[in-house]
Amino acid sequence: MSTATQDTKHEAPAKPTTTVGKAADYLDQRTSIGVAVKEFARKVFPDHWSFMLGEIALFSFVVLIISGFFLTMFFEPSMALERYEGEHPASMHGQLMSVAFASTLDMSFEVRGGLLMRQIHHWSALIFMASIVVHMMRVFFTGAFRKPREINWIVGILLMILGLAAGFTGYSLPDDVLSGNGLRITDGVVKSIPLIGSFMSYMIFGGEFPGHHIVPRLFTLHIFVVPGILLALIALHLFLMVLQKHTQYPGGGRTDKNVVGYPAAPVYVAKMTGNFFMVFGVLALMGATMSINNVWNYGPFDPSPVSAGAQPDWYMLFLEGSLRLMPGQGTEWVIFGYTLPLNILIPAVVIPGILFTFLIVYPFLEARVTGDDREHHVLDRPRNKPARTGLGVAFLTAFIILALAGSNDLIATHFALSINAITWVFRILFFVGPVFAYYVTKRICLGLQRKDRELVLHGHESGRIVRFANGEYIEVHTPLDEQERWLRVNYDAPAPLTIAPKTDARGVKRKGYGADKRWQGLSRFFYEDRVSPVTPAEVAAAHSHGEHDELTGSEHQAVEAGAGTSREH
Amino acid sequence: MSENQNNPADTSHDVTVTPQAGTDVERFADPGIPEHKHRLTDTDPRAAKRAERTVTFLFVLSILGTIGSIVAYVMVPPDGTTSGVRLSTLLIGLGLAVSLLGIGIAGIHWAKTLMGDKEMVQERHPLATNDEDRAIAVKDLNDGLQDSGVVGRRGVLKGAFFGALALFPLAIAVPLIGSVGGDWNVSKFKHTMWRTGTRLAIDPSGRPIKASDVTVGSVFHVVPETTEEFRETHEWINEKSKAVVLMVRLNPEDLKADQSPPGETWSHEGIVAYSKICTHVGCPVALYEQQTHHLLCPCHQSTFDIADSANVVFGPANRRLPQLPITVDDEGYLIAQDDFAEPIGPSFWERLK
Repeated sequence: MSTATQDTKHEAPAKPTTTVGKAADYLDQRTSIGVAVKEFARKVFPDHWSFMLGEIALFSFVVLIISGFFLTMFFEPSMALERYEGEHPASMHGQLMSVAFASTLDMSFEVRGGLLMRQIHHWSALIFMASIVVHMMRVFFTGAFRKPREINWIVGILLMILGLAAGFTGYSLPDDVLSGNGLRITDGVVKSIPLIGSFMSYMIFGGEFPGHHIVPRLFTLHIFVVPGILLALIALHLFLMVLQKHTQYPGGGRTDKNVVGYPAAPVYVAKMTGNFFMVFGVLALMGATMSINNVWNYGPFDPSPVSAGAQPDWYMLFLEGSLRLMPGQGTEWVIFGYTLPLNILIPAVVIPGILFTFLIVYPFLEARVTGDDREHHVLDRPRNKPARTGLGVAFLTAFIILALAGSNDLIATHFALSINAITWVFRILFFVGPVFAYYVTKRICLGLQRKDRELVLHGHESGRIVRFANGEYIEVHTPLDEQERWLRVNYDAPAPLTIAPKTDARGVKRKGYGADKRWQGLSRFFYEDRVSPVTPAEVAAAHSHGEHDELTGSEHQAVEAGAGTSREH
Repeated sequence: MSENQNNPADTSHDVTVTPQAGTDVERFADPGIPEHKHRLTDTDPRAAKRAERTVTFLFVLSILGTIGSIVAYVMVPPDGTTSGVRLSTLLIGLGLAVSLLGIGIAGIHWAKTLMGDKEMVQERHPLATNDEDRAIAVKDLNDGLQDSGVVGRRGVLKGAFFGALALFPLAIAVPLIGSVGGDWNVSKFKHTMWRTGTRLAIDPSGRPIKASDVTVGSVFHVVPETTEEFRETHEWINEKSKAVVLMVRLNPEDLKADQSPPGETWSHEGIVAYSKICTHVGCPVALYEQQTHHLLCPCHQSTFDIADSANVVFGPANRRLPQLPITVDDEGYLIAQDDFAEPIGPSFWERLK
């Protein structure tokens, strides 16, 4: 026993001598951090430019926290009324306004760098939402939401919704005319909710609109509740990403069982740190050069004035557009004396509800109609899932049409068009556009898949024209190298679900057949049209099709002279 | 042979070929990770040196940016004018941007040119716990449940436990919900501060309006007349949010109809006053087009015809703007005959109750 102890003592690594080594040893003896370092230091992450879209969102959030902290040092979330004593801007001097608005003016005009931080904060919020949306598009179109990442997809949707909430609670804080009218619209939408709408309005405003509670309440939500939940969910989002390991794009040697890329230290540490500073730098540049939300031009909130051409921040435009497009005639119902304003409920509650529900259920729906229960770690090329890509583009089309409709007044004034005509065009486009976009996108995907087949079967056009003895010309095709070919053949083209027959062997009607039939119908919608990947057998067939194609292989140069005599096509 | 495979029955090909010996007919084989390509900085020491110098230069640039930003902070204080504030913002911001972008670009350039770029491969393992561990986990949970002593008996205990847990938040929620909505008197939505005899005043000066001052075609943004002290309170902002009115004088022959019930006259010699709060979601309906007598809400483009009872002619609003019945008093000032006959602004569930 004692000898064994002696032995291990001898084998123990030498005591650290450097300062860093000593510090690491000190820490490790108390936290066993060595295990974590061993696990993560050289952890491999796949590399692709589209994987940094989510990073941009993360880093914008960090910039939001930094610039937001700066702003809280100067902003006073109070609706108490005061006469503005500040000299700047001159147009505001002596006006009656809330303390919140006055402190916004003060931090813009008196605090050096205050306006810069306000502008950086606002731009960061816009970029935060934009990068979330683009990141979601990447995840959707490459199928990164598939098993095992469905939960993280939903965490991501929650992050997006919280981002909307953070943006909304933030831009309502300065208590200017623009944000006040935004709150008023919110009030109108909340009131439209059946049964509890009026009470919800009272709950939000602490009484009648606008009251004097809303800014402090929004402030608490904006700097504590919403960012707190955001932070927790971001942590969960990243934890799941690390646990499940990142997805990778298809390519040679990349499978569902491995991860090919570069180590966290030093490459990703350097690239991510670099990316953070890039994002912060670009946001600083935007804040320095592009003015945004000049509240002193709007003035303090007053329920009477309103500015024309007012838009909410871009991520709220789809809701604004939805409200604008809904026709008012005949859409407010009175039932037993109770008012049901469908002209507000449909655009402000039902339409966003449908959009978000689609996002939430899609991964489960697709897995169900594909009959798929495998883990997926290699991403899809969007063309190889035509129905999914089509649905995604249709969704975006609807979103973009609504966002454009939210700017219909600006479109009207900039292009000198009739606002009524524009509204009618958007009303029709909202229904026709997504269907058209789905169809066109799906056809483009199928076309690209056929193009891939064509390439794999016949190779690249080489531009080399060969003339035969009999005077015939052909173009020589160069076959794809095996990496190029692998990219184009390495995918699944699932067929629609097959279901058990309606009746069993004894002719008894099977329970659940109807549901199966409906799922099969949906599965057909997804997979009826498909292009299968080329098989080696098909390539062999293509090559034996005629001697012309034999020319494509350089090893067949010898037959060139005799070719063309037996033409098959 | 580019087959049209839209028909699922058509997925197989009519070409039958004997495959070459030794290859899989159904799937191609994975060619493996592509051969690693070396960068210029891996093969040419001079290029590596150049990259190193570039990275160093960018870090130095970042330091200069920070210094520049501080210099701008000290040397160019905003003088309070908008352009002065803009200049200060621009200079501090540019310094900050150079400082940040210097570090960012340097880091990425370093990673891309000098750090190892050889692909590495690591295995993935199935996420599901293996059967053995899972069995232990299930057993542990069951043991824990057994130890708690609640399985299969002590229904009352369980009921009380969950009941207590479910109910305790009420002790916080009830006071919160009780107070969060103020007095919860939602019937305030149905009334405004207009009373019989309240004078119409100009917004924002508060000066009462004489009928004789209202020329044909002119538009007035109107509030109820009140005291100067009241106009500096939150109650005023709440009341104003409901009471604002848009008043227009039309040629009496242009005025097709207003909302006066039979036997009453709610307008005065072509002067009509309508609630300025949109019946859609409550924006102030502020854009009046004199030629067409249309009133447009800039928020969602609901359009109302002032010459015809403020009926909706376009947009998402469903109801016309309520009319404020007006007349003139002995001194010739415009006054309200009464409050609006119906609730103003957006619809709500108990609006007509």
